[in-house]
Amino acid sequence: MTRTASSRLVLSTVFLATALMAAACGGDDAATDTASTVVADASAGASDAASEMTDESSAPSEDGPVEFAEGTTMAELAEAGTIRVGTKFDQPGFGLQNLEGVPEGFDVEIAKLIAAGLGIDEENITYTETPSRIREEVLETDQVDVVVATYTINDERKLRITFAGPYYVAGQSLMVRADETRISGPEDLSDTAIRVCSVDGSTPSENIRQYLGAETQLTLFDVYSKCAEALAANQVDVVTTDNVILLGLVAQSEGAFTVVGEPFTEEPYGIGVPLGDVEFCEFINDTLAAAAEDGSYAEAWASTAGEIEGATDPTLPAAEPCS
Amino acid sequence: MEAVTDNLGLFVSGYWRSVTICLYALVGSLVWGTVLAVFRVAPVAPLRQFGAGYVLVVRNTPLTVMLFTTAFVLPQLGFNAPFFWLGVLGLILYSSAFVCEAVRAGINAVPTGQSEAARAIGLDFGQSLRSVILPQALRTVVPPLGSVVIAMFKNSAVLGAFGVGGDLFSVSNRLTSAQGYAVAPVLIGVLVGYLAITLPTGALLSVLERRVAIAR
Repeated sequence: MTRTASSRLVLSTVFLATALMAAACGGDDAATDTASTVVADASAGASDAASEMTDESSAPSEDGPVEFAEGTTMAELAEAGTIRVGTKFDQPGFGLQNLEGVPEGFDVEIAKLIAAGLGIDEENITYTETPSRIREEVLETDQVDVVVATYTINDERKLRITFAGPYYVAGQSLMVRADETRISGPEDLSDTAIRVCSVDGSTPSENIRQYLGAETQLTLFDVYSKCAEALAANQVDVVTTDNVILLGLVAQSEGAFTVVGEPFTEEPYGIGVPLGDVEFCEFINDTLAAAAEDGSYAEAWASTAGEIEGATDPTLPAAEPCS
Repeated sequence: MEAVTDNLGLFVSGYWRSVTICLYALVGSLVWGTVLAVFRVAPVAPLRQFGAGYVLVVRNTPLTVMLFTTAFVLPQLGFNAPFFWLGVLGLILYSSAFVCEAVRAGINAVPTGQSEAARAIGLDFGQSLRSVILPQALRTVVPPLGSVVIAMFKNSAVLGAFGVGGDLFSVSNRLTSAQGYAVAPVLIGVLVGYLAITLPTGALLSVLERRVAIAR
């Protein structure tokens, strides 16, 4: 995924450079004709752009009461009229890049709710792909404003960033081939003949180790689609990760896979904000609570992850204190 | 640097896992690569064509595609093995093409007079290859072969994405994304680990190079 994203970046950079060069050439041609026309054109263009900008920046304040205390992150973002969101681009139901290159899913809808709370239009959200291993980094180095990326709240991560939410509680489950009879729960994995698959560096891959009879049972890939491939080809017997991700894979398998047993962990998904930004965190929690009340939270779920067969509708979990 | 010191055990086990992969791949690719080189100079046309075709296809295939083939396509064709061996096999098949070309360069560097002399005293192709050509060829290919071997050791990091868990590079994934350590110190630890494989290899190779050098 990363490689596709970066090659797309290179492509768009090249395109942009070409466009700029074309524009520059056009400018040169005009300049040889009459210098004064170009200046007039340019100033007209500039004033157009300026008036457009004032239109846009005044729009949100007409929409609703978006007033924030001076110096807060909310005031800065509302003032700028844009927000940078880190999310996953390869997670069906939560953050999956569509054919236009824009991510779609429950995480993305949650980001839109936050943006709406700040008076920012959907078009003014910039999405950055944040796979698991760089989620803390992008907040620490100010590359994004919030991270909404199936981001499990835990104590180690809290040392580096602050979590708002949780907005959803997932749980680790097991997926097997539909004809599997040996496995009904994590306790059955102590049998060393059973081969388990997960993703390298994920929380589920760490959790599952305590249930295994031997370390060699575990096969790790970089993405879950390879685990599904290996499960279909009889190279592994179990795929384990959060239930919602498994349900996405089950839906794609056309009956070849099934999820067994109940979730055996709790993975509260939080929204990452820079460490110590308590006001922003509290604002997000309030926004989520309001969204749960007016039904937009349920709607966000129903239109994304809720469409996957077997997914149960969540209620907004009680927010953890911001710290 | 406590990310490294706290998890030294994990780094050390990852280091040995990578060393194990490298050793298997080293033996496998040297043997198979030399066989391929012999094919390419053999007096039998089908063998020459096979050798040339192999190098043409494999040398122009990206490593990830090769690993995808051995890890996922072979099992679907009925050849099933643990992912560790499928990954090592992919690395061997890939690196052999480069080993083959290095060895072939060495064979070509042996003066024609040598093989003519071997034939003149009545040696057949196999005998002249074993006792006249290859001993001289392998001596001259130590430097280019060294580069191929070191590149292969570094390529072993890719195996982590194909089910061969526990190697040095996947240790960094485990620490940074599952356990939330900062990326920079962990990657420095990984870097030191790979250097601890490649630098001794480089030193060994230069000792070997001096030992087997042909005095001219």
